[in-house]
Amino acid sequence: MLEVSNVTKLFNPGTPDEKVALLQIQLKLKPGDFMTVIGSNGAGKSTLMNMISGVLEPDSGEILIEGKPIHQLPEYRRSRWITRVFQDPMAGTSPNMTIEENLAMAYARGKRRGLKFGVTKAKRKMFQEHLERFNIGLENRLKAKVGLLSGGERQALSLLMATFTQPKILLLDEHTAALDPARAELIIQLTEEIIRELKLTTLMVTHNMDQAIRLGNRLIMMDKGRIILNIDEERKKRLTVEQLHGEFEQISGHKLADDKLVLGSSKRG
Amino acid sequence: MFSALPGAVELGLLYALMALGVYMTFRILNFPDLTVDGSFTTGAAIAAVMIINGYAPWISSVAAFAGGLAAGVCTGLLHTKGKINGLLSGILMMIALYSINMRIMGKPNTSLRGSETLFADISPLLLMPIFILIVKLLLDFFLHSDLGLALRATGDNALMIKSFGANTDHTKILGISLSNGLVALSGALIAQQSGFADISMGIGMIVIGLASVIIGEAIFGAATVFRATLAVILGSIIYRIVVALALRVEWFDASDLKLITALIVIVALILPTFQRKRGQKKAAQKRSQQLLLSSNQIGRDGDR
Ligand SMILES: Nc1ncnc2c1ncn2[C@@H]1O[C@H](COP(=O)(O)OP(=O)(O)O)[C@@H](O)[C@H]1O
Ligand SMILES: [Mg+2]
Repeated sequence: MLEVSNVTKLFNPGTPDEKVALLQIQLKLKPGDFMTVIGSNGAGKSTLMNMISGVLEPDSGEILIEGKPIHQLPEYRRSRWITRVFQDPMAGTSPNMTIEENLAMAYARGKRRGLKFGVTKAKRKMFQEHLERFNIGLENRLKAKVGLLSGGERQALSLLMATFTQPKILLLDEHTAALDPARAELIIQLTEEIIRELKLTTLMVTHNMDQAIRLGNRLIMMDKGRIILNIDEERKKRLTVEQLHGEFEQISGHKLADDKLVLGSSKRG
Repeated sequence: MFSALPGAVELGLLYALMALGVYMTFRILNFPDLTVDGSFTTGAAIAAVMIINGYAPWISSVAAFAGGLAAGVCTGLLHTKGKINGLLSGILMMIALYSINMRIMGKPNTSLRGSETLFADISPLLLMPIFILIVKLLLDFFLHSDLGLALRATGDNALMIKSFGANTDHTKILGISLSNGLVALSGALIAQQSGFADISMGIGMIVIGLASVIIGEAIFGAATVFRATLAVILGSIIYRIVVALALRVEWFDASDLKLITALIVIVALILPTFQRKRGQKKAAQKRSQQLLLSSNQIGRDGDR
């Protein structure tokens, strides 16, 4: 489904500020794979996401979706296959537009945007049904401006906008990191439900090791622009947090030196 | 006192198209477009020259609208494809249009006296309310279409709408173009109403447009697009009434108008920030009091 092949990205190459964000990254996801991505700060996780979604262009290497190279397409054209939820709850929605207008824009993904009404009766009914299943009361606020919603509500809406049109690839970059623990847990539950139900091929970056192990069928760990650990479906079923820490120290030669990386959701904050 | 009122309303209606154009860029696209000062004159020049050469007034007006569209496309291209700063793109086009407008007219001033205009048989006061209403409704409709939603999101959260597949370069160009089309049409109508086109008639137009938008939104609100476009039209009319009244004050000169307009815009731009700051401070003070009270409560509970 998704193939990342030999992708490299350097920032400020050849200067004292040089940062190796990605080095010869190889990655293959089968349809329906749900891969969690962990790694310390600056490991290149966001850069990998930006590379796939088209925010950044790789210095070298290829990115393929269903065998078709897409790494030269601009971001807006890759949205035909790929959707995202950002870390910042403000980033994924349009604050001065209403909930239904935001959903209508997400609904138009991959279609030609013409002069027909964006929000129709039929679409409004569909939006309402989707929102009802979230059970946080947004279904009654279709005409509310999104800027009035809380961070958690906005992130729930972003998640719905990114998933209800069933993208080929879903990218989640620490999409609960900015929320309080209770809200974060709700969003994670919704995320899991949706991905399971729609069988979405997903890459999810998280700072939460427990989450990374609990969710999905595959896991990779990144460090200094490389994938240092790639855990397959069979091994992931038996993986524990302690094992993961051990593996990391052994491979990288240093401790997981990131105070944001935590063992379990209860210890967050 | 009231004798100047019909004239002011008439001008307000004619300039309302220009204000709607400024609303498109300034509010919807969040792009302060200075092209307006040039494209307003472009519209007037095209209409005037075509009418003098015997074209029907309505064809001439449509051509003026098209001229504005083209000017807007140029500004949009400079900004998006040329990656030139937004303000500078507008200024460059404004300067370029000065020469182009001169070329269109061949001289600094073109009189329409004795020519048939749109307002030959019907007063602007009768024609314009209907026309403005139609334009407003079309604009409302457009801004609620799939394309219009993408255009609005481009000014609100470009990152988001890009991630859902809109080419924000295209939506920007489209918006700036449409805006300048409306501005040029306004210029064409003003030329026909006043009986001449003048090379300097567009100077300060952007500020007048901003004043209309700001006054309208302040008085009538802008909660929805439907409301906002109505507010902009009414704002344009109120601006003209204010101007008419100001001109009656003895020691005011007609040339002071631009200063007054600038002052209106400055006050309107500063006031909200100021109010917001004060509001936030008040809210914070109130909230900290509450927090203090409740933490005392918890402290006492803890003692038990
Ligand atoms: N726009 C940029 N300019 C310069 N350096 C960058 C930029 N974006 C990321 N980097 C650098 O690339 C490396 C990887 O960053 P990132 O992918 O954001 O890491 P992560 O998401 O894993 O924390 C870091 O060293 C970071 O400082
Ligand atoms: Mg990151």
